[in-house]
Amino acid sequence: MSNNDSLISSGDVEYVAKLAHLHLDETEKKDMETKLGSILGYMQQLQQIDTTGVEATTHVLPLANVFREDIVGETLDTEKALAQAPERDGNYYKVPKIL
Amino acid sequence: MSQYLTTIGLEFHAELKTKTKIFCSCPTDFAGDANTHICPVCLGLPGVLPVLNRHAVELAAKAGMALNCEVSKFSKFDRKNYFYPDLPKGYQVTQYPLPICRNGWLMVKDEDGNDKKIRINRIHMEEDAGKLVHSGSNISDSSYSLPDYNRAAVPLIEIVTEPDMSSAEEAKNFGETLRLMLAYADISDVKMEQGSLRCDVNISIRPQGQDELGVKVEIKNLNSFRAVYRAIVYEEMRQKSLIDNGIPIVQETRLWDDAAGETRPMRSKEDAHDYRYFPEPDLPPIIIDDQWMAEIAASMPEMPDAKRKRLTEELGLSDYDAGQLIANPPLAHFFDALYAEYPEAKIAANWILGDIAKLMNSTEKEYNVVPLSASELAFLLKEIKKGSINNNSAKTVLEEMFDSDKKAADIIAEHGFSQISDTSVLDSAVAKIIEANPKPVADYKAGKQAAIGFLVGQVMKETKGQANPGMVKELLEKALN
Amino acid sequence: MTITDMSLKDMAIGLEEKQFSSQEATQEHLERIEKLNPQLGAYISVTAKEALAAAEASDKRRANKESKGPLDGIPMALKDIISTNGIATTCASRMLENYTPPYNSTCWQHLEDAGAVLLGKLNMDEFAMGSSTETSYFGVCHNPFDLDYVPGGSSGGSAVAVAADMAAYTLGTDTGGSIRQPAHFCGVVGIKPTYGRVSRFGVIPYASSLDQVGVLAKTCADAGTVLGAISGKDKMDSTSAPEPIPDYAAACTKGVKGLRIGIAKEFCAAGIEDAILAELKRAVEILEREGAVVEDISLPHTEYALPAYYVLASAEASSNLARYDGVRYGLRIPADNLHDMMIATRSAGFGPEVKRRIMLGTYALSSGYYDAYYNKTLQVRTLIKQDYDQIFASGFDCILTPPAPSAAFRIGENTDDPLTMYMQDVCTVPVNLAGLPAMVVPMGLNAEGLPIGIQLIGAPFGEEKLFAAGAAIEGPRIIPPLDI
Repeated sequence: MSNNDSLISSGDVEYVAKLAHLHLDETEKKDMETKLGSILGYMQQLQQIDTTGVEATTHVLPLANVFREDIVGETLDTEKALAQAPERDGNYYKVPKIL
Repeated sequence: MSQYLTTIGLEFHAELKTKTKIFCSCPTDFAGDANTHICPVCLGLPGVLPVLNRHAVELAAKAGMALNCEVSKFSKFDRKNYFYPDLPKGYQVTQYPLPICRNGWLMVKDEDGNDKKIRINRIHMEEDAGKLVHSGSNISDSSYSLPDYNRAAVPLIEIVTEPDMSSAEEAKNFGETLRLMLAYADISDVKMEQGSLRCDVNISIRPQGQDELGVKVEIKNLNSFRAVYRAIVYEEMRQKSLIDNGIPIVQETRLWDDAAGETRPMRSKEDAHDYRYFPEPDLPPIIIDDQWMAEIAASMPEMPDAKRKRLTEELGLSDYDAGQLIANPPLAHFFDALYAEYPEAKIAANWILGDIAKLMNSTEKEYNVVPLSASELAFLLKEIKKGSINNNSAKTVLEEMFDSDKKAADIIAEHGFSQISDTSVLDSAVAKIIEANPKPVADYKAGKQAAIGFLVGQVMKETKGQANPGMVKELLEKALN
Repeated sequence: MTITDMSLKDMAIGLEEKQFSSQEATQEHLERIEKLNPQLGAYISVTAKEALAAAEASDKRRANKESKGPLDGIPMALKDIISTNGIATTCASRMLENYTPPYNSTCWQHLEDAGAVLLGKLNMDEFAMGSSTETSYFGVCHNPFDLDYVPGGSSGGSAVAVAADMAAYTLGTDTGGSIRQPAHFCGVVGIKPTYGRVSRFGVIPYASSLDQVGVLAKTCADAGTVLGAISGKDKMDSTSAPEPIPDYAAACTKGVKGLRIGIAKEFCAAGIEDAILAELKRAVEILEREGAVVEDISLPHTEYALPAYYVLASAEASSNLARYDGVRYGLRIPADNLHDMMIATRSAGFGPEVKRRIMLGTYALSSGYYDAYYNKTLQVRTLIKQDYDQIFASGFDCILTPPAPSAAFRIGENTDDPLTMYMQDVCTVPVNLAGLPAMVVPMGLNAEGLPIGIQLIGAPFGEEKLFAAGAAIEGPRIIPPLDI
């Protein structure tokens, strides 16, 4: 759990922030590096367990084949949906230029 | 391209023919205004959860069967994470390590007309994204864009081939064969212009004798298999000229510009492509047991190869006619329906491949089915056979039946197309014409056989074209001999 | 005795016997909220008008002998993570400050159908990420037993509202202890049912494979009544379970004779506050006296639960929170292109702890780290679940443990060090990883006058046993010394 050989570099922090669409200023980046480093250090103890051949649990309940039938149901009123939109144009949502 | 080898793999996205979206009960049809086929689930509002459409699973499994795949007994969904305004949840629900189908193949003709087996790596289910309407003519010159989520979460299958194709011709043939299979199995509308079938090309070239594959370029925005063909030919030339000039090929995505006949690099914000796939916790896995698998298999309609065999071997159609019918699924389906009520294969095929095909091609409209009732057409063909309507009138009736729900009998009656075969009616008309035309009568009696044609025409005129011409000729001959 | 003091059960009797009306009960609660909320910060929003209208409708039903049962007309409140049609649902985040859902969550729909009177929406850690209700965008929530202390989290407001009689009962959510730890800190009953017991539809997700809705109430029987009303298979939630719904309130009277109860040594290791161990011992004595058999057991993978939980929860959260991009709802910080708009919105809309977990989860899922972190964690999850499966398969009915290492801590005490804050969840997270039901029952106060509770863990869908054992060790309510 030593922070000296941190598990996450400033480059990693920048890469992950980019993936997550978050902007961090320099102070936030430093803080993130330190804190994530110590959390990841703590998580290293997971590597101590031998999990060879152990199945991964993705769903804790043994459910399978939960379906709905192909029958048209109620839709949401366009006005009700667009009432939540930060910006709209007629029946559309509106976003600033993409490129 | 003699000194270079081309390697092509294709990726298809086909919209499944369900009534509702993959994870919610919104309708999938595109009629109607923007953002009207939406609900909290497909809008990705906070707190919503997906519930899988059973029919989508069945269609995806059916696609696997149509394309000779192994259908998985166990498959599951994953999340593919990336940001884009047409993606309501910030992730796409798709299948990553355990797709519903694997290891398929299709036999297609290569450039020399020989059969070649093209392998299919996988088929997986996923949700479609919404649509962006751009303020300008395209994304690059737009000052804003307008998301419409009607298409968001429409069920798709993605079909990925192995890089087994080596020419534009093969790729086009593969695409057309695949489209036909999906149409026959009734899995998708497969309309490339409307986007219900989409095809992306992965292409690389390398010098003869080099084992290692060249740099891969992806081509998107291909709206027809003709475009697929042209784009590949263009790309082969472009890459060859780069190599010849010692310029390295860049691994990139390029867009096909059909009007300009060229590919161009796609502009995009450079986001890292790290999709962070992980198992979708909101959806339990899919298990297809033997019984369900058998039910899905039983729902498979007759596929093209079996149909060809039946049409030629059992019904005696020519290879050419059978091929024409099979290449056009609506016509082929209609043929079966018509044959069931009018079991004369050759006549049925002639009408379908002649007049009906012509009618269907004469409008801009695209048909999923022949807009005619097979029983009504069968009625009309039986009337011709009985001699109660002539061929020309029948064609007029057919035209009116096309795209209207009028019954054949009503159209015949409206136009008075019924042929007169009642001898008592015809006898008096024949007598009247003989009396009114002494000169042709004399000519005929003098041995001028051709004069009978004139007299038949006069009787037809007298009966407003409704007389059965064969009978008129017979009656005239009888009266004059 | 005022109406607000009453348990749900007594309040229902009072309404039924016309001792008071729902409108009076609602009015009294609203007045108490008005007095107490400025110092406690339990409510993010109070829906007084809607509550009084619902109470009036309930009174009419009762007058017409059309009462919908024991929840009809009872004033209650929801954690602000539970979607309410037409009523703002913020998740205590700036991101959703102006968001009003156009649809109801299934759990609230069940309660609304049963005639519940919604007083308002309760404070929480932002997006349920926290163990102290200090990360709320709308301000810190305070422990009613000492305002300098945290109420626990993330369902801090849900626990405080019940403890301070600002609602007859509340709903919370529990991803890693978010119902149970606040119940322990505030001296109320809190139950997190089996994963799948209650529909998650409309409940804003933090970590989908771990989240579960549950109840905070003044007594075990009250919690049982409410849990029964919100449980069941939901066609809108593919992970909801079809198991039948027993009468949980009735289970409270079943007694513990013959129940086999395990004490896991891994939970009682060093670092647990003495007062908690003492209450645990007292609980064992009560249970044995009532006829239960208490034995030591071992759950060997317990120590790995906390790191596994934080990998898993953060990874799922990083994906679940991707939808907040400023396009369709919620906050948008304008920018001249889409990419900058999304980044500006997310950077301004999320608080530091939420960002930290998004970063952590994104990292754990990113190329090259998936196997080492995420997949390894799913395997560890299997081992943890197997520990419990074996115990329950060998005939144990429930497991008795401390709910947290200590009683409530001071506001600000752990905010600088996320890892210390995460350690708060060490006793509660194994339950979420294994998908089990668990309950916290208040036992008493420590020397500082802060409440102490005890945790009971059950087998999947074994909630009835928890209610039976919980009711057996449950004492009189612990009332906070509020000056009003």
